[in-house]
Amino acid sequence: MIEFRKEYFADERDDNLNEIGKPTQRQDALGHVTGRSPYFDDHLFEGLLHIRCVRSPHDHARIRRIDTSAAERMPGVVRIVLGKDVPNNLNTLLSLLDFGIDDEPLISDKKVSYKGEPVAAVIAESERAARDAVAQVRVDWEVLPAVLDVEEAIKPGAPVVNDVYPGNRFVYHGKYDHQKLRFGDVEAAFRQADRIIEGRYQMSPIEQAPTETCGAIAAPETNDRYVVYTSTQALFFSLDTTSKLLRVPSNRLHLIGGTVGGGFGGKVDSLHEPMAVLGTMLTGRPCKYIFDRHEEMQVGAPRGAERWYLKDGVMNDGRIIARKFTGYFDSGAYTRLSSYAIIKAVGHLPGPYTIPNVYADVYCVFTNRTPATAMRGFGITGVDFAIECHMDKIAHELGMDPIELRILNAYRDGDMKAHRRLAKNTALIECCHVAAEKAGWPLSQAARQASSLRDGGGARAEIPHTVTDQHGRVEGYTAGSYAQKKRPSGPAGQARGPQSPASHPSRDSIAVPSSFDRAPQPMSRPAPSAPPASAAVAPPPPPAAQRPAEQHAPEQRRVTRFSSISGLRRR
Amino acid sequence: MARKPLQFQLNGRHQAVFTDDGQNLLDLLRRGVGDLTPKYGCGQGTCGTCTVLIDGEPHLSCLTLAETVDGRQITTTAGLAEGAELHPLQTAFMDNFAAQCGYCTPGMLLAAKALLDRNPSPTREEVVEAISGNICRCTGYEPIINAILDAAGRRNQRRYG
Repeated sequence: MIEFRKEYFADERDDNLNEIGKPTQRQDALGHVTGRSPYFDDHLFEGLLHIRCVRSPHDHARIRRIDTSAAERMPGVVRIVLGKDVPNNLNTLLSLLDFGIDDEPLISDKKVSYKGEPVAAVIAESERAARDAVAQVRVDWEVLPAVLDVEEAIKPGAPVVNDVYPGNRFVYHGKYDHQKLRFGDVEAAFRQADRIIEGRYQMSPIEQAPTETCGAIAAPETNDRYVVYTSTQALFFSLDTTSKLLRVPSNRLHLIGGTVGGGFGGKVDSLHEPMAVLGTMLTGRPCKYIFDRHEEMQVGAPRGAERWYLKDGVMNDGRIIARKFTGYFDSGAYTRLSSYAIIKAVGHLPGPYTIPNVYADVYCVFTNRTPATAMRGFGITGVDFAIECHMDKIAHELGMDPIELRILNAYRDGDMKAHRRLAKNTALIECCHVAAEKAGWPLSQAARQASSLRDGGGARAEIPHTVTDQHGRVEGYTAGSYAQKKRPSGPAGQARGPQSPASHPSRDSIAVPSSFDRAPQPMSRPAPSAPPASAAVAPPPPPAAQRPAEQHAPEQRRVTRFSSISGLRRR
Repeated sequence: MARKPLQFQLNGRHQAVFTDDGQNLLDLLRRGVGDLTPKYGCGQGTCGTCTVLIDGEPHLSCLTLAETVDGRQITTTAGLAEGAELHPLQTAFMDNFAAQCGYCTPGMLLAAKALLDRNPSPTREEVVEAISGNICRCTGYEPIINAILDAAGRRNQRRYG
């Protein structure tokens, strides 16, 4: 049951709304309970053909030869499709947003980089005939050494998983082999901290496991178009990906989706539509391509695993004055959405807390695992798990109440976040209050009286003097090459530059940037009177500190703001 | 591949179809008869999405050979409503927000119907047991359990009230 706590932020909005805050029947509920909601597979086509893929049994292997002759003679087989049959057999989902380099074939023809990667597709009159023929395709494999651990994958000499990124690391902004966050000076703050508390946190990959497996049906339509019924969660990604891989103008593709039997992120970057349309292009008949349950679990892209190292500088009274992250996202064999997940993650750091010095190096690492993708808050959930475990660890080591520790360090309206946006609509303190109340957890008077609406801003709204560095710099991936679809120059864009692979991130070697060679770049706002370096590492003013009221007003800061989802500012 | 004639009752209506050797009931209902309300979820008998009633008992249609239903009564979700009037379970699923993506809903409804038909006043534990073979990935089950208990209450009210 939903409980509305309207006493919090009661002044934030009108409460005489017609729909908001009231239960409303889903528009699709009647279709669901009568079984009439049209999922992609609920469309019948006369003469439907079935597509099944021949998949790699190896984590990493070169394809020497594919012999389809026996399979072609099997009853019911209409066509066997190989990588050479795909008009433009290389793509990466976010190239559609001009982010990343094409790195993944629809059907591999040179090598496979994860177990289950497709190397051929059989189109047959029945699913059973397709399965039987798949079993008759002979692939001559040259098995290669595989790497399944993110930190192993970025060591010198590790097997190259993804030829487009020979360092096994995605390249950010055409410049760095990781995504950086620099805010203040964590190293200076560590020297001032009463203690340093470190932790290592590992999340497993998680399969979304929707009850409806991923799939699509394509069929010839009038006007020389193809109609596609699909389970996709992202219809326009699917449309554009199909258009790009098959070199078909998108106005010849009529994609119909909308009723999805559970997605949870696993149907954001499905490659079923291009495969089904390709089958229809090659045979002239309706084609269905659907994962069975085993494929959904083994081949369907999961939430990627994440490994996080946290190092905090902590004062004995519980204030956290510095937090340093080193993160490794396991992207699997290809980029898909992991590069983007890291952008989200880094924007979220250091979690819902105001910490005056924050540093993060986050790597999108290629391994011989199933490519990872979206799942419910991906990019945030994993690091939040690490952060909140770490908060508990800090509370334990300080002998402090874990909820009081969170309230003490909680961000408040008007505070500057490490990604240079002012925090607003913050509510961590109030959430802590409710959680403590529900759990019968006693809080001190000071913690109970804390509020997200008070004591933020002021000095807490400052962007501190920030040290920057060039480590992890790579060459040959100029930003413009994304749009122009150029391959990296040089020997396949080996990671070069100040950060040689040999010195690359063991967590110890990351700690100290070799030079602070740039002054802070104060974005698009007037530079604040540059605080001396020592000021940057001072603990944030304790939240309870009394400050003049005018300092609390975030509007005084000329910092670009995102509007809230509703488009309304709170105050 | 041999084809066999097959006759059965589907939601009270007579069906005469041919089945292929080894065809499962799910495929026969969906492709052969055109009743698309049973869904494919796993093909392995683990998810319950394809549940139908055979002579009132819940069965996994993906693991049921089509030819074994000769002469039997099959109920699917398409047979729950009487004309425009929804079955109490359907109404209760709507009122209790027991369907989100809706994909497990047909199987859940039939597992619940089998329970209520033999036990009109189940305990919460009996409801949980009855749907233990049906996986739902959206709701966390609580709204479904509440809906089934709600439907049982309404039916009993109607019967005795």
